[in-house]
Amino acid sequence: MEETNKLLDRDENICAMSKPAPGEAGRTGDWRDLKPVIDDRKCVPVIRNKPSCFLCWLYCPEGVVSAGFPIKIDYDYCKGCGICAEECPAKAISMVEEDK
Amino acid sequence: MSEAVIMTGNSAAALAAKLCRVQVIAAYPITPQTSVTETLSNYVESGELKAEYVRVESEHSALTVCISAATVGARVFTSTSSHGLLYMHEQVHWAAGARLPIVMCCVNRGVGAPWTIFNDQQDSISQRDTGWIQLYCRDNQEIIDTIIHAYKIAQQVYLPVMVCYDGFVLSHTMMPVVVPPAELVDEFLPPYVPHTFLDSDNPYNINPVLFPWRRPDAQGVLRDGYMEMRYKLNAAMDEARGVIQVTNGEFAQRFGRDHGGLIWEYESAAAEIFVVAIGSIANEATIAIDTLRREGVKIGLVGVRSFRPFPKQELRAALAKAKSIVVFEKAISYGHEGALACELKAALYGSNIRVPLHSYVAGLGGRDVNASELAAALRDSLEQIAAGICEPPSYWLNCRV
Repeated sequence: MEETNKLLDRDENICAMSKPAPGEAGRTGDWRDLKPVIDDRKCVPVIRNKPSCFLCWLYCPEGVVSAGFPIKIDYDYCKGCGICAEECPAKAISMVEEDK
Repeated sequence: MSEAVIMTGNSAAALAAKLCRVQVIAAYPITPQTSVTETLSNYVESGELKAEYVRVESEHSALTVCISAATVGARVFTSTSSHGLLYMHEQVHWAAGARLPIVMCCVNRGVGAPWTIFNDQQDSISQRDTGWIQLYCRDNQEIIDTIIHAYKIAQQVYLPVMVCYDGFVLSHTMMPVVVPPAELVDEFLPPYVPHTFLDSDNPYNINPVLFPWRRPDAQGVLRDGYMEMRYKLNAAMDEARGVIQVTNGEFAQRFGRDHGGLIWEYESAAAEIFVVAIGSIANEATIAIDTLRREGVKIGLVGVRSFRPFPKQELRAALAKAKSIVVFEKAISYGHEGALACELKAALYGSNIRVPLHSYVAGLGGRDVNASELAAALRDSLEQIAAGICEPPSYWLNCRV
């Protein structure tokens, strides 16, 4: 594409374009009002210490949950929708007010 | 060089698309456009034209197919009329915003309710603000030539072009057309180089959501916001003014036919009274000009070929010596006046051309407008102007209420 634009002496952005990359739409974590916080004492995979449950990882529409021990949430991009907390069968995730 | 063939406007349009070697055609039948795409489907079926003919369930899908195909680098064609054009309205905006050099014929037809299949220009005029270049044809020769112009213009400025011509008056009327030789068209029209490529190794999201402000992308490069993209679209439209003229000039040199770039003139050299009109009604008006000239009236005509971009400077130059102006057009901006009259007045604002201007809305829903009626209207207007009636609201020609 760059070659074509050079050839045509053209603006690279004749139409809007974006490359798929983390943060292409900005740090969407700052949209959040409520923050999901995991209580590892209740989290099923942590207690069993083996891959199990991971429903929060499965249901997260943003892909910001990492399935591990413990489970981690990328707060830079978590929008705070609360689906993980709703789906957690062990009620290990609570939605708490953002301090800021 | 080439011989004239007798053909309809729709045959001329289909033949032009074939000569331009379109690669993807998607269209839905609607009167009076249908025979354009019927003819093209015959070309594809018989192997005369190597193109993909995509049958769709609606005009909205027809233009969507064209948008997708143009995005990956195909030369595309579609044509429609009236309700079909309005049904694709959302994608009409999209095609321009995506900066795709699509060429679409609009075979002008009135819009319901009440139903009409007959000609006026309300359909395309109502699409004025979609970001498409709009070129209007006066006869079948101009249809075949303008479609060839249109591809060359579109792929230089990355804007879609609507080639508009009057339903039935041109679409179904046979007249002599000189068919440009295919090898000359190939020389005139270079292949289309797209501004985006689909490449699975280097994926892009094309036309994602843009924010009101400019902001850096994931690589840290500051990118345009929505408003910058809109500015560029309008700048391309401004650039198109010159491109349309240059393209017409180059075509005239190679093919020997000059249609005027943005406007065309008839008997304008020593004229004091000017008719301004658009499409086939302008052609009809040239006969009225002949009649009035024989009566000793110093009258000429300026035909508007490009409605978008609007030829403000060219009209000012052509009308510099006008002592009065009469506009004929087949559309109405409800609650105001004819769109052409309205645009023309705006273009003259601030110039030294401060003259009486009469405008006529004519031929809506296919009501016949012939040269003698235009001549009578002109005589009427000249009498009124002499009596000091300088800027009345639009007259409705042949409307008996």
